[in-house]
Amino acid sequence: MTTEAVDAGRRGNRRERGAIRRALRGALRSWRGRIGLVMALAVLALAFLGPLVAPHAATDFVALPSSPRGPGYPLGSDGLGQDVLSRVLLGGRKLLLLAVLSTGLALVLGTLIGVTAAYRRGWAETALMRGVDVLLAFPQLVFVLLVVSVLGTPTWLLVLTVAIAQAPQIARVVHAGAQDICERDFVQAVALWGVPPRQVIARHVLPSLSTPLAVEAGLRLGFSIVIISGLNFLGFGVQPGTPSWGVMINENRLGMASNPWGVVAPALVLAILAIGTNLFTDAFARAAFGEDRADDTVIGSGMGATP
Amino acid sequence: MTAQLESPAAPTTGEPERIRAAHPILSLLLNRAGWGVFSVLVVSVIVYASTLVLPGDAAQAILGQQATPERLEVLREQLGLDQSAWAGFVHWFTGIFRGDFGTSLSTRQPVTELLGPKLLNSAALVLVAAVVSTALGVALGALTASRRDGVLDHVLGIVALVASAMPEYIVGVFVVLFLAVDLHAFPAISVLAPGQHIWDEPSKMVLPVLTLTIVVVPYILRMCRGSVIEALDSDYAEVARLKGVGGRRLLYRHALPNALAPTVQVIGLSLIYLAGGIVLVETVFQFPGLGLALVDAITARDVPVIQALVLLLSTCYVVLNILADVAVLLVTPRRRLPR
Repeated sequence: MTTEAVDAGRRGNRRERGAIRRALRGALRSWRGRIGLVMALAVLALAFLGPLVAPHAATDFVALPSSPRGPGYPLGSDGLGQDVLSRVLLGGRKLLLLAVLSTGLALVLGTLIGVTAAYRRGWAETALMRGVDVLLAFPQLVFVLLVVSVLGTPTWLLVLTVAIAQAPQIARVVHAGAQDICERDFVQAVALWGVPPRQVIARHVLPSLSTPLAVEAGLRLGFSIVIISGLNFLGFGVQPGTPSWGVMINENRLGMASNPWGVVAPALVLAILAIGTNLFTDAFARAAFGEDRADDTVIGSGMGATP
Repeated sequence: MTAQLESPAAPTTGEPERIRAAHPILSLLLNRAGWGVFSVLVVSVIVYASTLVLPGDAAQAILGQQATPERLEVLREQLGLDQSAWAGFVHWFTGIFRGDFGTSLSTRQPVTELLGPKLLNSAALVLVAAVVSTALGVALGALTASRRDGVLDHVLGIVALVASAMPEYIVGVFVVLFLAVDLHAFPAISVLAPGQHIWDEPSKMVLPVLTLTIVVVPYILRMCRGSVIEALDSDYAEVARLKGVGGRRLLYRHALPNALAPTVQVIGLSLIYLAGGIVLVETVFQFPGLGLALVDAITARDVPVIQALVLLLSTCYVVLNILADVAVLLVTPRRRLPR
């Protein structure tokens, strides 16, 4: 009987892996998903291939400060007379790398917390999930700002802080999903066989959570981009002089009347990236969960919901 | 009338268990409030501890190398660094209840005096933005739901999706670009003369409110549309339709009241979001509120102000979360029954 339960669990895992592939295919079949993917990939290409084709170095003086576009500087110059186009091409790579790193770390942290809490039950569950609640009592950006104000912004710390700010939401989602699965027969059976908890979780619990985790990854990536670029916009986390989209939007506002491109170009790129990521995640969630639940998930996490 | 159809008739006679657990709202409220107080306590410990984490001597780190010994001494005393960590925390924490958050390091004003007017400005901003977005979001949500798959529905659906994905400060920048730089319709920056409140110059509130509205309305619209559609598809709406109730009456009297709970929830969430979202938007417009004050305080390493602001914003966040839960319960009679 136990073997039957375990077999059922294995079949479930395989089905779940198929579910992600099906949801991806579904997302790519919808216009929403296609447009989103194209937008996100375009910005990705711009950020990573941009440095290869940038006509000027980031700090080259190309024209009078805040000049409108002219020969050799198609998007005009910024407040220090530097080429806006080159700075846009150079200013995204670090943001994207940091966003991906912190999202990855947040997923690992959140999953560990959520699944441990659900599997262990008892006081460990209470302690972990209450810790999560406390972190959720800070508005995300305020939490990141508090850490930045105290410890400054070395890159590793920025990644860690953004990850810690995002992990609680992921832990909530994983915990809610895992609670149910940990009680199923096949998990209980495997645990009774004497399989160590780490293996039970990795082989039998986590695979069933892969679809909600994938949705969460997309949503969190979007928020990481917003938080990190927002932090840059506020003037934190970037060395003076280094090109960065968030910083450019803030710096070039003074010259907005004479060269609006200094603000519009980085703002457009960031907007396209955010919209693209969101559209694709939305399409994926719709293909995986159906329209209603996808709407709830996306709206809930968008507002920093504490479900 | 519809509510009667919705809520299962609760036979209260002969079921002592139900009577004993007669106040689920109260117990839930107490439970949430208890954990809320706990969260705020832990947050305040974290906030205070963060000054102790400052590398080396915190006072030196804040004031820099050129600080005179007298000033260092004053600051140490003010931050409670001359006492043990625990005594320092107790001193700081009990001070809060006396309305004493310490003295700002950069302006030498009491923190309470410094932040009071900013709190009012931020509250006015959030309140106006919440009212405008709620009205707009619910109206558009009901409208698109009643004309499902029409042109307006599709167009608004796409606009909402795009708007909700945009980072708020980018929305703000575009708003400034179109309405302030191009059209000169409204002031791009909301700086006030000292002693003025934001409501003395309402025109300076237009663009920040517009920005927050653009960010929040899509969520309310989507949630309201979804739940109105669900209500319109339900059996009781079908019954009403068969009775000959149609069009507006069906929408306003039957569908909307039942679609209220999820909508109230998302409105609560929007308020909660606004408690943190004001940081970036206020910076875009140099709006004299708590968010901008936080950014300025961090730039100036004004620790007492940072502590007060983080604690204040987090407390708002927790309280709003609890209020949102209660509001949802109040508009969902069904959920008031013990499970």
